[in-house]
Amino acid sequence: MAILINEKTKIIVQGFTGRIGTFHAQEMIDYGSNVVGGVTPGKGGQKHLGLPVFNTVKEAVEQVGAEASIVFVPPAFAADSIMEAADAGIKYCVSITDGIPTQDMMTVKNFLRRFPKADRMLMTGPNCAGTISPGRAMLGIMPGHIYIRGNVGVVGRSGTLGYEAADQMRLLGIGISTSVGIGGDPIPGSSHRDILERLEQDPETKVALMIGEIGGPQEVEAGKFAKENMTKPLVAYIAGLTAPEGRRMGHAGAIISSAGESAAEKVAMLKELGVTICPTPSLMGQTVAEVLAKM
Amino acid sequence: MNIHEYQAKEILAQYGVKIAEGGLAYSVVEAVQRAREIEGDVWVVKAQIHSGARGKAGGIKVCRTHTEVEQAAEDLIGKKLVTHQTGPAGKICSRIYVEAGTSISKEMYLSFMVDRASERIIMIGAAEGGMEIEKLAETNPDAIIKIYIEPAVGLQDFQARKMAFGLGIDPAQLNHAVKTIKGCYRALRDLDANTLEINPLAITANNEIVALDAKMVFDENALFRRHKIAELRDNTQVDNREVAAAEAGLSYVGLDGDIGCMINGAGLAMATMDMIKLAGGEPANFLDVGGGASAERTEKAFRLVLADANVKAMLVNIFAGINRCDWIAEGVVQAVKNIDMKIPLVVRLSGTNVEEGRSIIKNSGLPIITADTLAEAAEKVVRARNEVVAQKA
Repeated sequence: MAILINEKTKIIVQGFTGRIGTFHAQEMIDYGSNVVGGVTPGKGGQKHLGLPVFNTVKEAVEQVGAEASIVFVPPAFAADSIMEAADAGIKYCVSITDGIPTQDMMTVKNFLRRFPKADRMLMTGPNCAGTISPGRAMLGIMPGHIYIRGNVGVVGRSGTLGYEAADQMRLLGIGISTSVGIGGDPIPGSSHRDILERLEQDPETKVALMIGEIGGPQEVEAGKFAKENMTKPLVAYIAGLTAPEGRRMGHAGAIISSAGESAAEKVAMLKELGVTICPTPSLMGQTVAEVLAKM
Repeated sequence: MNIHEYQAKEILAQYGVKIAEGGLAYSVVEAVQRAREIEGDVWVVKAQIHSGARGKAGGIKVCRTHTEVEQAAEDLIGKKLVTHQTGPAGKICSRIYVEAGTSISKEMYLSFMVDRASERIIMIGAAEGGMEIEKLAETNPDAIIKIYIEPAVGLQDFQARKMAFGLGIDPAQLNHAVKTIKGCYRALRDLDANTLEINPLAITANNEIVALDAKMVFDENALFRRHKIAELRDNTQVDNREVAAAEAGLSYVGLDGDIGCMINGAGLAMATMDMIKLAGGEPANFLDVGGGASAERTEKAFRLVLADANVKAMLVNIFAGINRCDWIAEGVVQAVKNIDMKIPLVVRLSGTNVEEGRSIIKNSGLPIITADTLAEAAEKVVRARNEVVAQKA
């Protein structure tokens, strides 16, 4: 099972012929992802990496049955590309692009909400490492070899901290069903909660690991969802104990700007909601192992 | 990105928001000149620093004579002001704003911001202004008016009227209030601001609605399309190290501890800093060196971390995804040699080509301490730091 993507998912790359798009398209193909082509407006009809290039996402959907897309388009044009994917009938879109203006993401989210829920494209990112269902498909920029297939579903705001978690689990022989990067921006396409909802429904996922950080209301919202709606245990780590208030820690969304947004406050609230907290970032794998052992 | 009060007011004035007559001064002479140009017999001299709560820190002075303006300017220009928002280091005041004194009959609060939970712009108001909205939220949350704005249709007149009535504005002033509120919203939307706060928004003795203070914070990610806003950046208000980092394309935040850090990825950087703290140390900085950490970039990052005289030991933690540990290791070795580093360095590499990376460090002949795990790296750097401190004592 896994969620969002598997070995059959037909993937296109938006921003296909650019340097970054080319590099990561090849990496995804090498991993075994079913990349069926790409989109670069004005280069339709050409071949790139042996695959067709289309002028529009719509053409890619119609001609090669594209279901999922990954966006490598520069920040100024990324929101437009995401909305184009939604309009063309893409089911799932990952936006890797870092630096999309917040108000553009507000527009994107508003645009997506206009579709009836059954036809609405799911989006993750921007400013993320993408999604991987280990051993099946990679729709992202992560080092695929550190992920092994298994029963832990992962959702996180950070790329490299997600790698750290995957690596810790791999060393303990624990595998992952799907790992989803939701990105470090203030307005993400999907929240922790949105992904937990899917992990809860996935028969292959036994435990969910949430990797959060300072800033915004997402983690606590996810904790509330888990308490009320999840049968599977939720493990969490929140980064940023040492982060001062009002300072942006790299990610556009990693800033403590109101009550309840610090790591300590989030941890306290999550504990109260019955979430298992990883005491340190070096114990993410260990904590998951302990939860699995009790099942 | 933050801007100064006078800059925010100039912007708001273009959007139809009324502000008091005022002028900017970089010197005492200029300040007196500004006061002379502004008619009346009361002036307010305001320190222009990127911080709120300036009043309590002595940054706002009401003056009744030109001599008092002169004195106020002398007291403020070139001085560091410490508010509860600036931290103990304070911020340098290199310009002041001289404004006509306003006689106020009522003070209100008005702000707009991008609300992360609702993914909309939220307009917040309170009939009582002048105090911090956070405090009001604690003491009297019912006094706060919140109105959510649909991104596709924007702020509607009825919403602006609802806010105006909520603020207790006299019906005779309604049109002016709606114009002010809509002007603020337009400024925020047109210029990609994340926050716009007017505290206080005042009704004067002549029944005019005036923005007595103004704060605007802009989305860094949108500056590529807001060139005029980008020009308002004032680097004297930012930590020097952060200015240097921004020029090198690195993401850096200076902190008060003494263990320097260089990490790739914001989340891993925060987690590593947490680990240092849990091991009994204090990080000197946040530094995300980014995905494609070339040798040149690595050296820049090292120089930046080591420019902080407080730093007694340094930790490098890289999880190589797109890049490779062997490239990183070569960059680190080169940086240590070029800089002639004197303090202990702990390096932890993980991910792609980790074995090759570790052997490059080992074979370099440099006294670099290596670690395999995050916990080990944090423990080793804290121990190294403690040894440095013990030797000096």
